[in-house]
Amino acid sequence: MLRFIVRRLLQAVPTLLVLSILVFAWLRLLPGGPAGALLGDKATPQKLADLNHVLGLDQPIFVQYGKFLGRILSGDFGASLISGDSVLAEVGRAFPATIELAVFALVLAIAFGIPLGYAAARFHGRLIDNATVLTTLIGVAVPVFFFGVLLKYIFAQKLGILPPSGRQDVTIDATHITGFFTLDGLLTGEFDAFWDAVKHLILPAIALASIPFAVIVRITRASVLDVQSEDFVRTAESKGLTTPVIRRRHILRNALLPVSTTIGLQTGLLLAGAVLTEKVFNIPGLGYLLAQGIERRDYPRLQALLLLAALVYVIVNLLVDVSYAIIDPRVRVR
Amino acid sequence: MTTNLLRRKKDRIDDLAASGGTSLAADAFKRMSRSPIAIIGAVITVLFVLLAILSPFLAPKSPYIPYDELKNNLRPDSIPGPMPGFILGSDQNGYDFFSRLLVGSQQTLIVGVVATLIGVAVGMLIGGLAGAVGGWVDALLMRFTDILLAIPSLLLAISIAALFSHGTQWTVIIAVAVVSVPIFARLLRGAMLAQRSSDHVLAATALGVRRTTIVFRHMLPNSVGPVIVQATLTLATSIIDAAALSFLGLGDSDWTRAEWGLMLGKSQGLLDVKPELAFYPAIAIIIVALGFTLLGESLREALDPKNRR
Repeated sequence: MLRFIVRRLLQAVPTLLVLSILVFAWLRLLPGGPAGALLGDKATPQKLADLNHVLGLDQPIFVQYGKFLGRILSGDFGASLISGDSVLAEVGRAFPATIELAVFALVLAIAFGIPLGYAAARFHGRLIDNATVLTTLIGVAVPVFFFGVLLKYIFAQKLGILPPSGRQDVTIDATHITGFFTLDGLLTGEFDAFWDAVKHLILPAIALASIPFAVIVRITRASVLDVQSEDFVRTAESKGLTTPVIRRRHILRNALLPVSTTIGLQTGLLLAGAVLTEKVFNIPGLGYLLAQGIERRDYPRLQALLLLAALVYVIVNLLVDVSYAIIDPRVRVR
Repeated sequence: MTTNLLRRKKDRIDDLAASGGTSLAADAFKRMSRSPIAIIGAVITVLFVLLAILSPFLAPKSPYIPYDELKNNLRPDSIPGPMPGFILGSDQNGYDFFSRLLVGSQQTLIVGVVATLIGVAVGMLIGGLAGAVGGWVDALLMRFTDILLAIPSLLLAISIAALFSHGTQWTVIIAVAVVSVPIFARLLRGAMLAQRSSDHVLAATALGVRRTTIVFRHMLPNSVGPVIVQATLTLATSIIDAAALSFLGLGDSDWTRAEWGLMLGKSQGLLDVKPELAFYPAIAIIIVALGFTLLGESLREALDPKNRR
C-alpha cells in the first residue's frame, strides 16, 4: 500500500513541473508581460526597463524559470496588487471559507444524489426514474451563477428567510479559531454563531451543489443499473440471500466504486464553481479573490491561485486513487 | 413439404441478413426516431437554429440602436415595460429588449458552434495523431492533455481569457474552445486505440493496405461516434461557460452585442428593477442547453453497441 502511494506521488511530480512551466509561460504571455502587469497604467518605457531588471527579466529564459521555480518552492508568491499584502497570507485567510462552502455543497450533493440515483435505478423506467433523469438534465443546463442569483432573489430578497450574502452576520460577535465559522461556533459553544454561519451557507451551498448533484445522481443510477444485472447478483438471489442483504452488500457496494471516482473529480468543478458562487453571494473565499483578481488584473494573485488550484486537484486525484486502492485491492497490483 | 420447409429456412436466413445489414448509423437513427427524449432535443435544436438564421428578419426593431421612447423613460429604479411597438419594453440601455432576445439566438449559436468546432478540430488533430502514430508521440501528446485536464475547466477558461487585455467575442470563443480540446483528444485517441487492436484493422494490415489508408478509411470513421456525441454536449457547455465568463467580466467588452450570455451577465444587478432582463436570456440559454444535452445523450445511447437490437 505504501509503495503504491509513493509511486503515485512520484507520478504527480512531472505533472506539477509541466504545470509550473505552463503558468510561467502564461505570465510571459500576459499583456505587457509581468512588468507591464505590475505597473499597469503607470508604465513608461524607462520604468518598464527598470522593473524588468529588478525582476531579472533581462536574464536568459532558463535562469528566469529556475528563479521562478525557486520562489514558488520557498512559498514566495509576491504581494497582491490590490491589497499590497502577501498573496500567500491572503490565500490562507480565504482558504477556510471556500473549503467550508465546498464541503457543505459536496455533502449536500452526496446526501441527496446517491439515494436519488439509487431510487431511480430501482424503479427503472417508472415515473420517479424519468423525473430524476429530467431533473438532472435540467440541473446541468442551468448556469451555476444564474441558479445562485435566482436562489438569492427568491429566498433572500423576496421571502427574506435566508441571508443574501457574506459568511456571518456582522452583529454577531463570534470567536474565530480555525477560520471555519461553523466549526468555530461548535468549538467555542457559541451556538447562535454556528447557526448563523450555517444559515449563510445554505443558499450558496445549494447553488454550488447543483452540478455535482446532477452528476452523482446520474453516475449512481447508471452504475446501479449495470451491477443489478450482473451474474453475481443472480447467484446471490439463487443462494437465497434476502433482498436487503443483496441490495446493500452486493449491489450498492459494487455500484459505489465509480461513484467515488466521480466525487473526486467533482472537486475540480467545485473549485471552479466556487468562483461564481462566491461572487454571487459575496463570500470572501478563494473564488472571490480570483474574481476580484481578474477584474483588477492582479497577476501575482492569479498565478498563486492557479498553481494552488492545480495542486489541490492533483492531490485530490491522488486521494481518489488511494481510496480506490483501499476499496478495490486489484488496483494496487497494476 | 420439403420445399415449404426449405423456403421457411431461407426466409429466416434472409431476414437475419437483412437485419444485420443495417449500418450502426442507420440503426441508431431508427432508434432515435422512436425515443421521445431524442425528438424533444432535435425539435429544440432545429427551432433554435432556424430562429438564429431568421432572427434578423424576424426582429421588429434594430437590436443595436437605442430608441428615444425607451431611453427617455429610463430611471435608475425603473426600466420601461411593454409598450406599443416594443413587445417586451426596454433593456437597461434603451434598446428594444425583444429584438435583442431574438437576435441573441444568432450570436449565441455562433459562440457555441465556433467554439465547439475549434475544440473538435484541434482535439481531433491531437488525438488522431496520438492514436495513429502511437509510441512517444502518443505519450507526449497525452501528457500534455492530462495537464490541461488537471486544471478545472472554468479556471482554464478564465486564465486564457485573462490573457487578453481587451475582451472580444473571440476571447470567449477561444477560452471556451481550449477547455474542450483535451476532452476531444482523449476521446478520439481512446477510440482509435480500440480500433487498432480490432480484427478488421488486423485483416486490412494482413492484406497489405497502406497505413494511411487504414487510418483514414478504417480507423477514423469507426472512431468518430463518441466525438460526435461529445461535440453535441459541448455545444451546451460552451454556451453556459461563455455566459459564466461574461458574468465574471471576462467576456466581450462590447456590451452592446446581443448575445444571451452577455445579456445575462450584464443584468445581474437589475433583478429588483426588471428581473426579465436576466430571466429571459437565462431561460433561453437553459432551453437551448437542454436541447443540445437531450440530443447528445440520446445520440450516445443510440450509438452504444450494447443497446443494439
